[in-house]
Amino acid sequence: MATVDQIGTSGRRSLLSPEGWLAALARRSEAVVIPVGALLAGLLVFGLFLLTQGKSPAEFYALVYKAGFGTSFSWQNTLSRTAPLLFAALCVALPARLGLVVIGGEGAIVLGGVACGALAGAVSGMPGALGIPLMALAGGLAGAVWIGAVGALRHFRGVNETIASLLMAYIAIALMNHLVEGPLRDPASLNKPSTAPLADQLRIGDIPGWDVHWGLALGIVACLLSWVLIERTTWGFAARIAGGNVRAAQVQGLPVGRLIVGFTALGGAFAGLAGVFEVAAVHGAANASLATGYGYTGILVAFLARHNPLAIIPVAVLLAGFEASSGLIQRRMDLPDATVLVLQGFVFVAILLSETLYGRLKIFAPERWGERA
Amino acid sequence: MTTAPFSRRGFLKGSAALAGAGALGPLAGPALAGSHSPLTVGFIYVGPKDDFGYNQAHAEGAAAVKAMEGVVVVEEENVAETVDVQKSMESMINFDGATLLFPTSFGYFDPHILEVAPKYPEVRFQHAAGLWSADKHPMNVGSYFGYIGLGQYLNGIVAGHMTSTRKLGFVAAKPIPQVLQNINSYLLGARTVDPTITCQVIFTGEWSLAVKEAEATNALADAGCDVITCHVDGPKVVMETAAGRDCFVCGYHANQSPLAPEKYLTGAEWNWPGVYTRMVQTVLDGGTIDNFDRGGLAEGYIKMSPLGPAVTDAARNQFEATMAEMMKGDFAAYKGPLMDNAGNTILSEGQVFLETDIALESMNYLVEGVIGSTS
Amino acid sequence: MSDGDLGLWAIPIAMLGGAIRVSTPFLFVSLGEVLTERSGRINLGLEGTLVFGAMSGYAVAYLTGSPWAGVLAAAVAGSIFGLFHGLICSLPRVNDIAIGIAMMLLGMGLAFYFGKPYIQPVAPDLPSIGFGWWSDLPQVQAALRVNVLFLIGIAAAIFLWWMFRATRVGLIIRVVGDSTDAARAMGLNPAVIRTLATAAGGAFAGVGGAYLSLFYPGSWNEGISSGQGLMAVALVIFARWNPIACFWAAILFGGAGALGPALQSVGVSSGYYLFYAAPYVLTLGVLIATSSPTRAVTGAPGELSITK
Repeated sequence: MATVDQIGTSGRRSLLSPEGWLAALARRSEAVVIPVGALLAGLLVFGLFLLTQGKSPAEFYALVYKAGFGTSFSWQNTLSRTAPLLFAALCVALPARLGLVVIGGEGAIVLGGVACGALAGAVSGMPGALGIPLMALAGGLAGAVWIGAVGALRHFRGVNETIASLLMAYIAIALMNHLVEGPLRDPASLNKPSTAPLADQLRIGDIPGWDVHWGLALGIVACLLSWVLIERTTWGFAARIAGGNVRAAQVQGLPVGRLIVGFTALGGAFAGLAGVFEVAAVHGAANASLATGYGYTGILVAFLARHNPLAIIPVAVLLAGFEASSGLIQRRMDLPDATVLVLQGFVFVAILLSETLYGRLKIFAPERWGERA
Repeated sequence: MTTAPFSRRGFLKGSAALAGAGALGPLAGPALAGSHSPLTVGFIYVGPKDDFGYNQAHAEGAAAVKAMEGVVVVEEENVAETVDVQKSMESMINFDGATLLFPTSFGYFDPHILEVAPKYPEVRFQHAAGLWSADKHPMNVGSYFGYIGLGQYLNGIVAGHMTSTRKLGFVAAKPIPQVLQNINSYLLGARTVDPTITCQVIFTGEWSLAVKEAEATNALADAGCDVITCHVDGPKVVMETAAGRDCFVCGYHANQSPLAPEKYLTGAEWNWPGVYTRMVQTVLDGGTIDNFDRGGLAEGYIKMSPLGPAVTDAARNQFEATMAEMMKGDFAAYKGPLMDNAGNTILSEGQVFLETDIALESMNYLVEGVIGSTS
Repeated sequence: MSDGDLGLWAIPIAMLGGAIRVSTPFLFVSLGEVLTERSGRINLGLEGTLVFGAMSGYAVAYLTGSPWAGVLAAAVAGSIFGLFHGLICSLPRVNDIAIGIAMMLLGMGLAFYFGKPYIQPVAPDLPSIGFGWWSDLPQVQAALRVNVLFLIGIAAAIFLWWMFRATRVGLIIRVVGDSTDAARAMGLNPAVIRTLATAAGGAFAGVGGAYLSLFYPGSWNEGISSGQGLMAVALVIFARWNPIACFWAAILFGGAGALGPALQSVGVSSGYYLFYAAPYVLTLGVLIATSSPTRAVTGAPGELSITK
């Protein structure tokens, strides 16, 4: 993370000279070229895998393009899968700033959805402009408490956050099932146990002219705000220091505990919002369909984006496009539905593998482009 | 961090593309198949289509449709009951020109089919088990289902003859009306043999969860149940585990006799090949499928697995006699006086639920003699 | 008793049976993880290895007709996954926790991809030995029908315990796990040793998967594992990296998993989702109780990223 300081000192002055530009470009492009190169490498290896299966990689990628990005329907398909991934990825990326690996966002998503569904009855008489924010607040709060607890356990009890968050995701799904089939069940929901359906004015609609609900727009805003928080505020700066070295941060008097709980809770709140949108914009009630794995795909998105909230946006779109193409690939190439999972696995490993390249490729070294060390 | 330029540029490019997509406006309708081109039929399954169960039963129907002249079948499996299924339906319509869709999981109906159907009025959506009603739902949506509870009633008759502990077992996924009706029918069938028989039910809470299904089966065997059936998506694990515990088994959804040839008594199976080929033929002939379609044994919606080698003559005789009765139509498995297992009266003396009675589709109780509760 | 009705006694018997039936995958995965973590590396991807082991074991058992060939195939597949994980993690700056998550995804994806044709066929089961001959009760006989892999797992736990205590190999693994610098000073190559330990750990996890598909529940499908591989990683912390303690932890979790169905079978039927969550709640509770914010967990290898 020392790169920030370098830009601040030596970089700015030499930007005026041509060599300075090249040096700055070299330094900055490392963070683009390596992940993009790793992505391409992952796609290439997956293509070789397809060849061993007697399938054409060219046909595969052509179908991914067609079904994910090729037509206006494809874009709507991709974008309507993007919204939950944006929120779920933030639930991984924000704690990652403190060096925490939280992988239980799925739990916050389902509980956020349940909280939204549970509150819907109480606010059913309110206008949407009041009721929807209240439901969003309830969902966000549920997610914040759930993942914030993971952060608190980490800081105050030393419980490993990766395992704790995963166990809590299993517990959250059990809680959700218990609630929607027990205390919160609408007796009229016969063969699909659900909470009572949301009143019409509480439903979140589509972005005008699109077949994509408002969750996408809110998700993008959430990513932008998270970027501002991390890159432009003292809180974000303090979190990065604590993520680098907890003891150093404590020596400097930073409130490490509050940072950890705050960042995990904020990530959880975003995941909870994903659940709110699933209920208010897609399902119209909370039920077992809330647990469909968005939280786990979100992990992949966050890591591919290297936990940068701005990079999460294009990466989420890309992965949503992969998932959007799954059906067409099944139908046209006679490949199993797990094919996209294999593709994701290859890309994920390739991206993590590329971490080892940072700082080791001479082409990105500013000195090579004329900057005096 | 030094990723800002990349991200900003990537984001701008992305948003330009979004704007482009938006500018294209509402989706163009699908290219409709002319009368001379083949009819494209889409099937969507919630799980793997070879699960020895719910999905396999539908996939067998799809295979029969595939063999028909002038029909192209497209399939997708493991499609979640979320935006996924909405987009799978639309993708089949937009890319494959499908004009007849069979999204087969119960959870696909509300809100997913109801969300997509109005956008494509020229496409027909046929849904298993949805409660279509003319005043609430679009006319291009239809629902169909079979009285499979009757099959479980017949299972129960055979089970009633074969049990020596007078205790039957039922591994169930969730306490929803369809499942409760199967449990109740199973016990009522057995009680025509011996009214002291009871049925223990264990809910696993999930439609497909192998280890829990195996544990539930073992718990039933431990509790002394000696004829076990189930209602989960894939009965394979229950059948194998129960047979391993030396219990008899009755099948469900599809024919599971290859999994336990000696212990398999009979099974309540869907007969989708017949139903689906009939519906597709109606469309090929230019007709319209009924929006609300139900049927039992007589109408060929369900069938029974051939009786297994262990079944006694007494069981066979009553099984065949009852089946013949059902073939006449208007069979009533639920006859008064009937209490639920909490002591409430369901039917008083002289009252019955015919197989066609819509009240059966909102069942929320377990009848007297079933050990278990609905919550 | 004559009609086989045991009343409330059904619960402890069912939990005993459940403990024996359900614990084996936990036992194998946690032993594999102990081996890996003692060398200073964590492999969170064992869930993927477990699922791939279940698939490959089932497929090979079906194709060859021999369940033991299936177990062997699962072990080999697991060690390949482990080796791959170990090699990647030997590179500088690569995060072993994140790689574990990625390998989990890849393992599950490959297992589902190649496993499609094997959902339907029936593969031969592993044999079991009846230890319940002394009892007339079928419930007890069934509960004590013990699979051979369970016994092998116990033997492996004892062997690993002895290996860490009393052998040169065990000492080398412990030194590497406790301090990279000390290991280098002794002329050892930590990266190589960790990679080998991770590969061996993967083999254990693969065998745990083969138990799922070849004995209990004894069939291959995509829902075969409900997170056993992940929980086993948590169990290792609970067991303080002691192989014998892993055995007891696995037994405890198997029994907790049998609680839900057993309670329903005696008529306690409301809130079964909450009973089903018992193993997860128990794991979390144990983690909270045994962790500490101020010092490393007792028995933890010094180089382990997860407890640092």
